[in-house]
Amino acid sequence: MNIPGDLATIWAFIIAFAVFAYVVMDGFDLGLGLLFPLFRDKRDRDLMMNSVAPVWDGNETWLVLGGGGLFAAFPLAYAVLMPALYTPIVAMLLGLVFRGVAFEFRWRSPHERSLWDLAFAGGSFVAALAQGIALGAILQGVKVDGRLYGGGWWDWLTPFSILTGCSVVAGYGLLGAAWLVMKTEGDLRERAYAMTWRFLVATLLAIVLVSAATPFLEVAYWRRWFAWPNILATAPVPIAVAIVAALIVRSLAARDDRRPFFLTLVLFALSYAGLGISIYPYVVPQSITIWQAAAPANSQQFMLVGVAIMIPIILIYTGFAYWVFRGKVNAESGYH
Amino acid sequence: MLSGLDAIVLARAQFAFTMSFHIIFPAFSIGLASYLAVLEALWLITGREVFITLFHYWLKIFAVAFGMGVVSGIVMSYQFGINWSGFSDKAGAVIGPLMAYEVLTAFFLEAGFLGVMLFGLKRVGKGLHFFATLMVAVGTLLSAFWILSANSWMQTPAGYAVNAEGQFIAADWWTLIFNPSFPYRLVHMVLAAYLTTAFVVGAVGAFHLLRDSVSDGPRVMFSMAMWMAALVAPVQILAGDQHGLNTLAHQPAKVMAMEGHFHSSSGGAPLILFGLPSQSRATVDYAVEIPKASSLILKHDPNAPLAGLDTVPRENWPYVPVVFWSFRIMVGIGLLMLALGLASLYARLRGSLFQSRRLHWFALAMGPSGFVAVLAGWVTTEVGRQPFTIYGLLRTAEAASPLAAPAIASSLLAFVVVYFIVFAAGVIYILRLMAAPPHRGEGGPESHMPGRSAGLTPAAAVALSGTGVGRRA
Repeated sequence: MNIPGDLATIWAFIIAFAVFAYVVMDGFDLGLGLLFPLFRDKRDRDLMMNSVAPVWDGNETWLVLGGGGLFAAFPLAYAVLMPALYTPIVAMLLGLVFRGVAFEFRWRSPHERSLWDLAFAGGSFVAALAQGIALGAILQGVKVDGRLYGGGWWDWLTPFSILTGCSVVAGYGLLGAAWLVMKTEGDLRERAYAMTWRFLVATLLAIVLVSAATPFLEVAYWRRWFAWPNILATAPVPIAVAIVAALIVRSLAARDDRRPFFLTLVLFALSYAGLGISIYPYVVPQSITIWQAAAPANSQQFMLVGVAIMIPIILIYTGFAYWVFRGKVNAESGYH
Repeated sequence: MLSGLDAIVLARAQFAFTMSFHIIFPAFSIGLASYLAVLEALWLITGREVFITLFHYWLKIFAVAFGMGVVSGIVMSYQFGINWSGFSDKAGAVIGPLMAYEVLTAFFLEAGFLGVMLFGLKRVGKGLHFFATLMVAVGTLLSAFWILSANSWMQTPAGYAVNAEGQFIAADWWTLIFNPSFPYRLVHMVLAAYLTTAFVVGAVGAFHLLRDSVSDGPRVMFSMAMWMAALVAPVQILAGDQHGLNTLAHQPAKVMAMEGHFHSSSGGAPLILFGLPSQSRATVDYAVEIPKASSLILKHDPNAPLAGLDTVPRENWPYVPVVFWSFRIMVGIGLLMLALGLASLYARLRGSLFQSRRLHWFALAMGPSGFVAVLAGWVTTEVGRQPFTIYGLLRTAEAASPLAAPAIASSLLAFVVVYFIVFAAGVIYILRLMAAPPHRGEGGPESHMPGRSAGLTPAAAVALSGTGVGRRA
């Protein structure tokens, strides 16, 4: 592999990492939005929002880094994928607008609070569903015409993309519920436990269905997963998913407050790795590889300097702050 | 089915609409972040309570404006891909890294320190808190640095090469970042942000002075804002002039459109003050002119010849009426700003700065003027760049996504509806905060509010981990 090729691989991992950081971090606060309608009491909702209000903005910055990184490092892929995903992306952005301002506005207007609660829940649902649909649309492949998107503007809508959309909603719901179990006490936690069970079942069902459907989308996916000797490398992924699922069930049964959330993160990581196994080395599946889409080496190098310096700093303070913020929230004082 | 041209018009309308909404918030938060840093510095130096009162007063407004800037900014970062995929493919390798550096340096800096700034004064000590305020201000300026570098490169591209795939690539990052129009554009924009904020602060001060002219808070903010108007408005006019000369050197067609010069002048071109430009007939009807003034301004010689749009191929003309009028709106507001600045100086010398109701009404009326000027200036420079996305190199039609008009039309409609709901609400909340006068012991964000920040910081976490955050007096 030559040097620019290596750079493209490095950038593929950087962007994959940024997107994963976004998915799990915004995943649990979008998940709380999804759970909002299930908690009617104002006090509960205040607590739920308090538990993520300090972090959502930072979480969302990873989305800008993921999208911006794709634009900068793989401009051709960005140029092809974005028009292909036009409607889901627009829907996601509008959902995030509502969700984002709700954090600020909800506290400023007691009279319109219920409206901003609706905006929070609705925006979170639309954003989660749209992200899942976009994922499915990428997996099933988009039509490429020269250096441009060559399909129609409804191509993204298929039974498979609806399935992935619902799967992401289920997964975010699980993350949100497990987060609540970890961060709350008393009655709120009890109800969060019950929801974690339900969303776990939904998420596992979704993983099975998406995993079963994916190999039938493309022969290449089938070969990647099942052809000998690939299966030796790929088989551990579903096995690990099964083990982690069992561990989540056990930790929930043991009423452990923290383990279900962290195990859910592992579950997400495994599913994400599964997606990576299916797609790599394509960035637009079966059409454009990361090397074809890569920006010229000097662009990728120029940015790599910034990433190499800044990402570790960002990770250190993010990690440390999450550590300081650990523990339960209560109504009296944001954190204690 | 609409034609391809309509899809481009709709995509441009969508970009213009989302951008117009977005630019309002950075223009305000760049100025406000620096103003907050100045207020806190003055408080630390003088120990006068009024400065920290004003700091907390404007901090609450900053939080709402910043939040809206974040969400509208996320939309902007995806606009390039969804509506301008041709541009993304061709220019991603050049524009993308500049925007990536904006995220890595500016956004994460703001994210790192906003939490401390919003909630930390009672928790982290004055020194660290002031440092946080300073870092947020620096973050907003860094953000302006990178995004204006990207925008300036699209206006005056330099330091690039074109590869076999027809993509622009960097030949020299230094030349590319510090492209010919960048310094002028950066200075002009940052000053515009400062003036915009000064006129908002001045209007809020004037509003409260009109009801109660003895309170400390309104007096101080009004006085500070009027100093800014008196000192910075003339500097901005000078900077604008220099920026105009730079534009004449690099984007002559834009200046021709701004001036309404359809025809070349062999010497002593008049300055058209007002008139009705007609694109199709290439004339300016009912023109009110000052003889030789345009040559004087642009060439600093009243008898210098000036080239007109007749020297430019017609398919490369920007749409003159829009550029012509938006430029006049910007300049007119600039002159009104100067007038208010001078009027305030006169009142200050006569000792009637806090008594002159006419001055206060003038300042109140000028409150939103900065936003209008920023928008008009932005329209002048962006519409003046047409029909190119990258000046002289990439036509707007080649930059667009291969999308059908109905797709863009429906998303445009969705953006319009959502933005009006969301940002109207935000503006109402900001106006409500402004309607209340600053009072002694002004708290930060209220205690029942969550510890919102743009990100996570250890210091913010420490700040929030205590009890009784931001007790309101």
